[in-house]
Amino acid sequence: MPTVSVGRDRLFEALGRTYTDEEFDELCFKFGIELDDITTEKAIQRKEKHLDEEGTEDDGETIYKIEVPANRYDLLCLEGLAQALRIFNGLDPIPTYKVANIGKESMLEMHVKTETSKIRPYVVCAVLRGVTFDEAKYNSFIDLQDRLHQNICRRRTLVAIGTHDLDTIEGPFTYEALPPAEINFVPLKQTRNFRADELMEFYKSDLKLKKFLHIIENSPVYPVIYDCKRTVLSLPPIINGAHSAISLKTKNVFIECTATDLTKANIVLNTMVTMFSVYCERKFEVEPVKVTYSDGKSFVYPDLSIYNMNVPLSYITGIIGVQLPEEKVASLLHKMQLRAEKSLSEDKKVKFVVFVPPTRSDVLHPCDVAEDVAIAYGYNEIPKRKPASLKPLPLSQFSDLIRTEIAMAGYTEVLTWILCTKKEISSMLNREEDSSAAIIADSRTSEFEVVRSTLMPGLLRTVGHNKDHSKPIKIFEVGDVVFLDATNDVGAVNRRHLAALYCGATSGFELIHGLLDKIMEATGANFVSPGNSSGYYIEKSEEPALLQGRQASVIYAGKRIGTFGIVHPKVLKEFDIPDPCSFLELDMQTFL
Amino acid sequence: MADEAEDAILVYLKDNDEISNSANFAEEFGFSHDEILNVIRRLNGFRFVEAQDIRKERWVLTEEGKTYAAVGSPEFQLFSAVPTEGIAPEELQKKLGPAVYKIGCQQAIKNKWVQMAKAQVSRKVEHADDKVKDLLLRIQKDEVVNQEDIDALKRRKLIIQQIWKGNSVRKGPEYAPKRKRAATDLTRENLQRGDWKELEFKEYNFSAKGLPVEGGHLHPLLKACFVRRQVQTIFLNMGFEEMPTNNYVESSFWNFDALFQPQQHPARDSHDTFFLKVPSTTRMLPEDYVERVKEIHESGGYQSRGYGYDWKREEANKNLLRTHTTAVSSRMLYALAQKPFAPKKYYSIDRVFRNEAVDRTHLAEFHQIEGLICDRGLTLGDLIGVLHDFFSRLGMSKLRFKPAYNPYTEPSMEIFSYHEGFKKWVEVGNSGMFRPEMLLPMGLPEDVRVIAWGLSLERPTMILYGIDNIRDLFGPKVDLGLIKRNPICRLGL
Repeated sequence: MPTVSVGRDRLFEALGRTYTDEEFDELCFKFGIELDDITTEKAIQRKEKHLDEEGTEDDGETIYKIEVPANRYDLLCLEGLAQALRIFNGLDPIPTYKVANIGKESMLEMHVKTETSKIRPYVVCAVLRGVTFDEAKYNSFIDLQDRLHQNICRRRTLVAIGTHDLDTIEGPFTYEALPPAEINFVPLKQTRNFRADELMEFYKSDLKLKKFLHIIENSPVYPVIYDCKRTVLSLPPIINGAHSAISLKTKNVFIECTATDLTKANIVLNTMVTMFSVYCERKFEVEPVKVTYSDGKSFVYPDLSIYNMNVPLSYITGIIGVQLPEEKVASLLHKMQLRAEKSLSEDKKVKFVVFVPPTRSDVLHPCDVAEDVAIAYGYNEIPKRKPASLKPLPLSQFSDLIRTEIAMAGYTEVLTWILCTKKEISSMLNREEDSSAAIIADSRTSEFEVVRSTLMPGLLRTVGHNKDHSKPIKIFEVGDVVFLDATNDVGAVNRRHLAALYCGATSGFELIHGLLDKIMEATGANFVSPGNSSGYYIEKSEEPALLQGRQASVIYAGKRIGTFGIVHPKVLKEFDIPDPCSFLELDMQTFL
Repeated sequence: MADEAEDAILVYLKDNDEISNSANFAEEFGFSHDEILNVIRRLNGFRFVEAQDIRKERWVLTEEGKTYAAVGSPEFQLFSAVPTEGIAPEELQKKLGPAVYKIGCQQAIKNKWVQMAKAQVSRKVEHADDKVKDLLLRIQKDEVVNQEDIDALKRRKLIIQQIWKGNSVRKGPEYAPKRKRAATDLTRENLQRGDWKELEFKEYNFSAKGLPVEGGHLHPLLKACFVRRQVQTIFLNMGFEEMPTNNYVESSFWNFDALFQPQQHPARDSHDTFFLKVPSTTRMLPEDYVERVKEIHESGGYQSRGYGYDWKREEANKNLLRTHTTAVSSRMLYALAQKPFAPKKYYSIDRVFRNEAVDRTHLAEFHQIEGLICDRGLTLGDLIGVLHDFFSRLGMSKLRFKPAYNPYTEPSMEIFSYHEGFKKWVEVGNSGMFRPEMLLPMGLPEDVRVIAWGLSLERPTMILYGIDNIRDLFGPKVDLGLIKRNPICRLGL
């Protein structure tokens, strides 16, 4: 995206009001440009020189760096930006650009010689009459050429612009292509004559110009423009002659664009003349130039004709998804510099004839018109249509993510019974009878008396049945337990728990502690000091199923969410486990 | 042994107030001093005893000093070797050896014990005392020696200073005549012996973390938890099917031309795109479609004005590493257009390449996420709706849209999300409706519209994990610690 630097104060003057940076940013956002940076002339210079000094208070004028869409060449200068925003804000009508109606005999002419087809076949020209420059306008004029050269002209390969003080030269002009040795002139900013081939050599050390030499360097002929007295206007796309250089005093400007791409040459010429015709004696009027090719064909430039595009109303509203009345659409288009006239199509449907001005070369298709309506209407005002889609349960998704993490930490997943005996959740765990568990009325199997209220017995039974498995055994389970809950309609609720167990020659207490850290890290919780509720910490606990002194509660966000510790030897004995074990159990629903 | 030393100290303190000098204690009870010091340090740690450091400076003999303490100083040896009638120097040297002779001469002359003539060494006094030897012996026995003598011996490098450290020990607040050894873990032996009941554990450090877990780690960009699978899940839940993106080498045609991106577009510069040397050109394109694409670029059609330039087949044939996965989208949409129309929702997440200098925020290769819906009657309202649905699942529910330019979408919208942490709007992606100039030459029906959006996988990841240097995350300069540490992606959870 090209960036345009404009003086803030001059821009606000042109817009007829001042904005705060935020307000202006908002305006840019709506219009589809971006306030990229706010800086000063001196700060830019410092940056170019790689100086790190701090800015002083008196850093000169504030500069706005504004990013504009790559296909909006009309926004590459302050004049165009101000005009677009003024019209967007409803301040100005859409300008009508006119080609001055002058007689054939007084029209300037450019004759194109055959040889140019070998190197740079096209040229288009125009004249701005009665221009009043001041320093700012003059600089803007030069800057616009630079930006066009950088962007659409693809670093002068496709198009090169030459601007001249018309009062120093005399038509008819000729566009020729000659062997370098035959071209001789004083180039811009130099005081002596150069032969074109010498000049190319000379510019090899010129930082700015050396980038462009390759475009013609190896050609046997160089493009060159002469006036009727053989004064060299320019050696495109490299340099203009010093003789016809424009200055602050220049009144009449002759513009020529030589090119390898005629469409782009026209866009470039039109951009130059439309933007700066605002400073002409006759505002928005441009004087034409007749270009005649060696085959006798001739064309008059600039071509400022309006392109008429037929766009059905339904097409516009169909794209935006908002039913807009026709008057509204017309006024929205007006804000975007597009005049629209309503008419009826053959099948009696409302359509618009949209008049695309020469400044809007970006409008190629009715979809571009539809976009402009959408922008003027406001993207953020368009009501959204919700698509059909699914949302999986966060709890299941979260469980899956955590399961993967634990498995990757080297623990093997087991899947045990939800149902178990009363003893397994009480006396076998060295606990009092669990009054929070749901109890089964008539079970066929004595193994199933209650719904588990902890994952502990399942993991312990698994170890008890795998005594011969090589040590250490590292297993885990993520699953639901059930608690009585009077606040729920049926009087009981599920809670998603996570449990892990380590069994080896030693209990692996610190390893289970490390696994806890890993799990908490995976949930994004920080290890904090006791009492801090922004993360998790552990504190001494008194859980009878675990060995005293080697167990701790896990406190997360101020809530106790589980415990870990060495399984009490009495419990190990109950489950017939000869090896020491450490165990961790957490309530996972707390994390959601 | 250590246990015996510990018992000895604790028992001794039961009846005595103090062990005044650990070295003496060690000698008395037959332990090495180092061992006693180790035990004292440990007991002090458990606060069974309180230890005070004692520091003494003492003089010890050098090797040379030790020799003289045993056999006498060189000057005395020399004096003793000189008979009363005198002796020739050569003979004296032969008797004593050159080293003793040399030092002995100097010192004996200085002491005025002997006199040296050219041919004769003779006694000046009848009797001499070997004071040096006496002093050295006294120092060996730790007796007090006056400073002048010390200095003289030091100068002759016969003695050096040594710093001696020891402890004095008293009972500590936790003192008991017998210490139970604290266990660190419950072992299988404890269970077998049944002695777990007697185990006393050292107080556990509740303010420290446990042992780090050894395991593998998936890369945050690709891991189940974040981005890739999470985004895949989001797309699947929204009813999208995946496009095959396992083709990095692409022709300019599918990457640019088919997307109505003009051949002089800056993105098609070698400054921005990796073109290929081998294989440099593409060999096969659908010719009738190529014709339609050429025409729309050159002179328009389907109500478009076109770009008005000479479209070159050579440019379209140039191979490159795809700059966006939209190249795949253009292939998919073209394929779709070759069959009777049916609506589709497609997504892809894969690698794309840009000829960029790699820095903190730019990579030459990154991952692009892309989603598109192809159906009749789609509007900007649908696009905004689907973007809200998609991004809110990524945890970004506050969105706004800015008009933008993109050669193959019109209207185009940049997507901004409000970042609660930064307190500002950040750009998170791009979206739009594919241009008719792209869709109609493919052969899609005129009323079919395609809404699409794209974003990089890296950008939301960087925002999510607060990473400001993309190279920490992706590429060989990755910070492995970061891969291990990062939390799971809890997008939308």
